[in-house]
Amino acid sequence: MSVLVLAEHNNQSLKEATKKALTAALKIFSPAHVVVIGNNCASAANDAATLEGVEKVLLVEDTTYENMLCEPTADLLFELMKSYDYLVSAATTNGKNILPRVAAKLDVSQISEIISVIDNKTFQRPIYAGNAIATVESSTEKNVITVRTTAFETAQVGSSVATIEKIDAGNNPGLSEFIEEKVSSSERPELTSAGIIVSGGRGMQSGDNFKMLESVADKLGAAVGASRAAVDAGFVPNEYQVGQTGKVVAPELYIAVGISGAIQHLAGMKDSKVIVAINKDDEAPIFEVADYGLVADLFDAVPELDKELEKIQK
Amino acid sequence: MKILVPVKRVVDYNVKIRVDKETNAVDLNNIKMSINPFDEIAVEEAIRIKEAGQCDEIVVVSLGPEQSKETIRNALAMGADRGIHVKTDHSPEPLLVAKILEKVCEKEDYDLIILGKQSIDDDCNQTGQMLSALLNRSLGTYASKVEIENDTIIVTREIDGGLQTIKLKKPAVLTTDLRLNEPRYASLPNIMKAKQKTIDELDPSDLGIDMTPKVSTKKVEEPPKRVGGGKVESIQELVDKLKNVSGVI
Repeated sequence: MSVLVLAEHNNQSLKEATKKALTAALKIFSPAHVVVIGNNCASAANDAATLEGVEKVLLVEDTTYENMLCEPTADLLFELMKSYDYLVSAATTNGKNILPRVAAKLDVSQISEIISVIDNKTFQRPIYAGNAIATVESSTEKNVITVRTTAFETAQVGSSVATIEKIDAGNNPGLSEFIEEKVSSSERPELTSAGIIVSGGRGMQSGDNFKMLESVADKLGAAVGASRAAVDAGFVPNEYQVGQTGKVVAPELYIAVGISGAIQHLAGMKDSKVIVAINKDDEAPIFEVADYGLVADLFDAVPELDKELEKIQK
Repeated sequence: MKILVPVKRVVDYNVKIRVDKETNAVDLNNIKMSINPFDEIAVEEAIRIKEAGQCDEIVVVSLGPEQSKETIRNALAMGADRGIHVKTDHSPEPLLVAKILEKVCEKEDYDLIILGKQSIDDDCNQTGQMLSALLNRSLGTYASKVEIENDTIIVTREIDGGLQTIKLKKPAVLTTDLRLNEPRYASLPNIMKAKQKTIDELDPSDLGIDMTPKVSTKKVEEPPKRVGGGKVESIQELVDKLKNVSGVI
């Protein structure tokens, strides 16, 4: 049996999400191979080679793959899958975009966003926005799987370094072209890998008021997130959104400020280790999942929290 | 230009579902069903493209039991032109849905297929991508903006770090994200008009597709319940608990 893990990277370093997907892959079969597809991305391949459980890293570098366009990347993976039984990726937007295209070419179903590996054909995955958990069994030889990264630990650096094998680029079918990417550059950690997240909802009233949360976040080394309501209201950009249709997170500490706790938001954060809710409505559903709920006006509570944290820092 | 919009009938997004311990499945008895919200956004986008004079006909297709016709009528009332109902007892897995849609596209040619990015019941997020592979067409998932320019489509996509813009060759497959548009409500006259619109029927067995599932569901369970409800009285108490009890700051 053999497992290939698709690496998520920015052509420089390997993303945390892949280290978690690797942990899931190793539960299916160990050791695994990792494929790094991109352009001038050898350093990401070096990262992957150091991880425990990685036997070999395939490196494919070509301008075609600079932005991981779906069609050429899926074609290449389809060719590589002739030698593998499993293709595994983190359920990042790249993974979710590319893997089903490979699965269809292989004439297999994809098993999406697994949260546990029961055996090499049986997996658990959330359905109905996490309101139910399905146990599913595959009947095919080849399998294509995406991994919900919050459910798995980060793979650690191992004692040996895997070999890196360069693979030739495939053809570009020329169906699409990259134009531009607008990625917010922030000093703060990424939402999906942050240990602490401070999120704001409609109660924040404006984008400007998110500065209060940013100040708290910076004292905690936290990422800033938002509910769908806050994103829809235009307070913050879409990449901030935590929830069923945004990012699914599970940090050590999640601080929900002015968030009522709609089902679809809870689906994205209810696996956080400790949840804090600050809301002036004492009947807000967010309190039902919160370990520490504070019924207060956020415009008093957040500045006060900011001051308290400042004291601790000193 | 002709647009195909596949739509799915799902449990309404406002319904809190319940797992039936006896049948090992989500209880769907007497539950409000609606068009999948992302599919509704797909219908709206197709209508906007038509209103901009860039499309001649919108065809809506749905797989499922007889009641799926209601979902098609919904889309017709919003402004789609005609429907196709593919009769199936249950909801097949995404690969099979994609294969049926491929056959639908063989019967008639569509320049653009717009789907919801995922259905809110099985949360698979696969069908559009799979269909694009089977048809060997360009793919733009998680669209938050779509501009059609002659033979190309400029798509802005919601990605993990922000937004990505790509250019697709027509014919193409798109999947919708939340912020692509806000779907309209169907007006009463349009609901009446929709009753006159045609819905053709298709039988999957006539399409020559092996409908055997490749993945089977063994059981469905409630997720572990989170015990919450704890309260603190002040910020000082909160910070103290986080520091000294939970040890997370």
